Amino acid sequence: MKKKTSFAAALLAATLLSGAASAKTLVYCSEGSPEGFDPGPYTAGTTFDASSRTVYNRLVEFKHGSTELEPGLAESWNISDDGLEYTFKLRPGVKFQTTEFFTPTRELIADDVIFSFERQLKADNPWNKYIAGISWEYSSGMGFPDLIKSIDKVDDLTVKFVLNHPEAPFLADLGMDFASILSKEYADKLAADGKMEQMNQMPLGTGPFTFVAYQQDAVIRYKANPDYWNGKTKIDDLVFAITTDASVRRQKLEAGECHIYPYPNAADIEALKGNSNLAVQEQAGLNVAYLAYNTLIAPFDKTEVRQALNMAINKQAIVDAVFQGQAQVAKNPIPPTMWSYDDATKDDAYDPDAAKAALEKAGVKDLSMKVWAMPVSRPYMLNARRAAELIQADLAKVGVNAEIVTYEWAEYLKRSKEKDRDGAVILGWTGDNGDPDNFLDTLLGCEAVGGNNRAQWCNKEFNDLVKKAKQTADQGERTKLYQQAQAIFKKEAPWATLDHSTTFMPMSKTVQGYTQDPLGIHRFDNVDIAE
Amino acid sequence: MLRFFIGRLLVLIPTFIGVSIIAFSFIRLLPGDPVMLLSGERVMDPGRHAQIMHDLGMDRPMIVQYFSYLGGILTGDFGTSIVTKLPIARQFFTLFPATLELSFCAIMFAIILGIPAGVLAAIKRGTVYDQALMGTALVGYSMPIFWWGLLLIILFSGILHWTPVSGRIDLLYFFPAVTGFMLIDSLLSGEKGAFASAVSHLILPSIVLGTIPLAVIARQTRSAMLEVLSEDYVRTARAKGLPPFRVIGIHALRNAMIPVITTIGLQVGVMLAGAILTESIFSWPGIGKWMVDSVFKRDYPVIQGGLLLIAAVIMVVNLTVDLLYGLVNPRIRH
Repeated sequence: MKKKTSFAAALLAATLLSGAASAKTLVYCSEGSPEGFDPGPYTAGTTFDASSRTVYNRLVEFKHGSTELEPGLAESWNISDDGLEYTFKLRPGVKFQTTEFFTPTRELIADDVIFSFERQLKADNPWNKYIAGISWEYSSGMGFPDLIKSIDKVDDLTVKFVLNHPEAPFLADLGMDFASILSKEYADKLAADGKMEQMNQMPLGTGPFTFVAYQQDAVIRYKANPDYWNGKTKIDDLVFAITTDASVRRQKLEAGECHIYPYPNAADIEALKGNSNLAVQEQAGLNVAYLAYNTLIAPFDKTEVRQALNMAINKQAIVDAVFQGQAQVAKNPIPPTMWSYDDATKDDAYDPDAAKAALEKAGVKDLSMKVWAMPVSRPYMLNARRAAELIQADLAKVGVNAEIVTYEWAEYLKRSKEKDRDGAVILGWTGDNGDPDNFLDTLLGCEAVGGNNRAQWCNKEFNDLVKKAKQTADQGERTKLYQQAQAIFKKEAPWATLDHSTTFMPMSKTVQGYTQDPLGIHRFDNVDIAE
Repeated sequence: MLRFFIGRLLVLIPTFIGVSIIAFSFIRLLPGDPVMLLSGERVMDPGRHAQIMHDLGMDRPMIVQYFSYLGGILTGDFGTSIVTKLPIARQFFTLFPATLELSFCAIMFAIILGIPAGVLAAIKRGTVYDQALMGTALVGYSMPIFWWGLLLIILFSGILHWTPVSGRIDLLYFFPAVTGFMLIDSLLSGEKGAFASAVSHLILPSIVLGTIPLAVIARQTRSAMLEVLSEDYVRTARAKGLPPFRVIGIHALRNAMIPVITTIGLQVGVMLAGAILTESIFSWPGIGKWMVDSVFKRDYPVIQGGLLLIAAVIMVVNLTVDLLYGLVNPRIRH
């Protein structure tokens, strides 16, 4: 026994944490493997953490821990009065990373910006199909090909975006991962060598960390970029130890095999908080989970029926059962951390008797309906089946017979958007860019009926307000419009808003300077490790 | 022996074609659509969806897709992952050594403990040793891998700190993969402590993956030994006054080995199935974890190619077991 203990002690002594004395290495136990290292074609946060937030930068960046924008690769910008021209002044002297696989000969210029966008926008760009079956999910999803008329180089350090119509969230869109700026010089070299697919395997950008190596499904290694325009990071090396199981991530943190990890099990939070060597940061997530009625189908086309059903659902019980209380009951379609959130909204009180009476008044008797439960766990809804069971029980109390249905995830997403869909769907959304438009128009706008608008709800008054806000530059004015829209939403009740989950980030107490990000991304450029 | 070998080899061809049909069609029977999953909750425009399906060649008739796929395989092209955009064969051969290394250690663990345990239980039949060993084997066989893995991690890594929690080697070590086998690469790297670290990372996953095969091998060895121990030639050997070690170790065990070798061969398939869970728990970058991720993402080319390559491995193992029979029992090869 003694021998074994000393063997283990020797091993422990050799761990990276002691090795960190010479070079500061932060180990992040990430939740999965990146799909690739080019942020353009992907939508998963896991991929963005490993690519756009480590290796790359964007013209504008989100401030740490906030959805507010700050200058990134563009040190300043100017928006024309008609909201159609965005002129960006690039930061001079920004160097691309020098790696073992490429040594840049020039600094960042407008050509890099134009290349980074045009490859996503123009079908005839040689990089548009540089891998078979590639699709530019975000760029297309945000409507960029129709929105952007041209991107022009004014001079080496000035670039101008011309839009087809004013779009207030455009600047926030440019802070998103898919808008990362790549090196055209590196791209040209890859194209010349016939190795274009390497862009997705060996990334090179201007960001805080330089990509070193990826051992598939195991480890990603980065080192601090010594030439980083915002100053070299305090840590020397960054390692992503891919650990898919949340229980194992916890064990690794407690054993000192990693410093920080995302997405802990809700059931582990209390124990983690009780560990004196650890700290647990928490933040309200920029998300919402909802139950969307199909407002095109009777009796859910009647506002009073939807309102009655909303009163029948005990949302606090869902939060308690699914999140062990670690979430917040939702009353608006946007999360409270988002600007323009209307805190004055009065939520539907949980009142089965009133619900029953309201249903009777609406002439609804012996109603049978389907409740759709997602087959997967998402940050906004950890266990949709459990939530559906609770909703089913709540509805039974008001005389509504609910049947729970579920489908495989892709099938679920596909069928749930159909206009003649039978039943109410549990689904949710995590914000992309901190702009209310990304929730209100994307999920509830008339254009999204048959698509992201799972309630198939098209209310002209609501839609006009949201559209007007989208084309208004002044944030104060936009806030007013969005608050009016939220009031209409509440009155019309196309959804039962369920919850906004809280996100937790357990870490060793030696980790300093980490800030949780409302957009759900994980950034390590401000982090230090205490000696 | 050569004829026996060629005969066995020819049987593999229809088997391989059968597997390719099953691998190709089964995944398409599942509901779901890989392109739809690329955009997650964000709804993809139907026009763009059709365009991507076209780019991937997935809008062609099923039979055309199958033959194009088969043609690819015959030229060594197993396709490209829809998600990672990497060639399947390259990914497989990057990840397979990890699975092979883990499976090898697990089966060694199972054999080294399982056969002696089975022999001991047979010799001590009906005693407390027999009951204890077979009772333990039954528990091992019934143990859900996921739960067993976590339990060991919590005890040996979390509480006792004897073993690392997961991974293949301490993150302190970083050297190029020469063979893909961490034990070998760590030795080749010349880095002090690397080999010990690789060994320590293998202990818990090998135990977890080897537990079910261990139980099966122990039980099989016991019943085979019991049968052989009652044979006349064993009684004769004992009557001749041979020492018990020679009677059991040479006369009895050698004859009892044939069903045990069959069992060990069959356990390879069981282990590849078990590797799926074991690799997920121990963050072991092998093909099991890779395949599971691909099923969730409906990454058809990976599932097809991966299944086919795994089937090829199992076929090779079965062929080897057949050949081993011939070596152990000359009557079979005639």
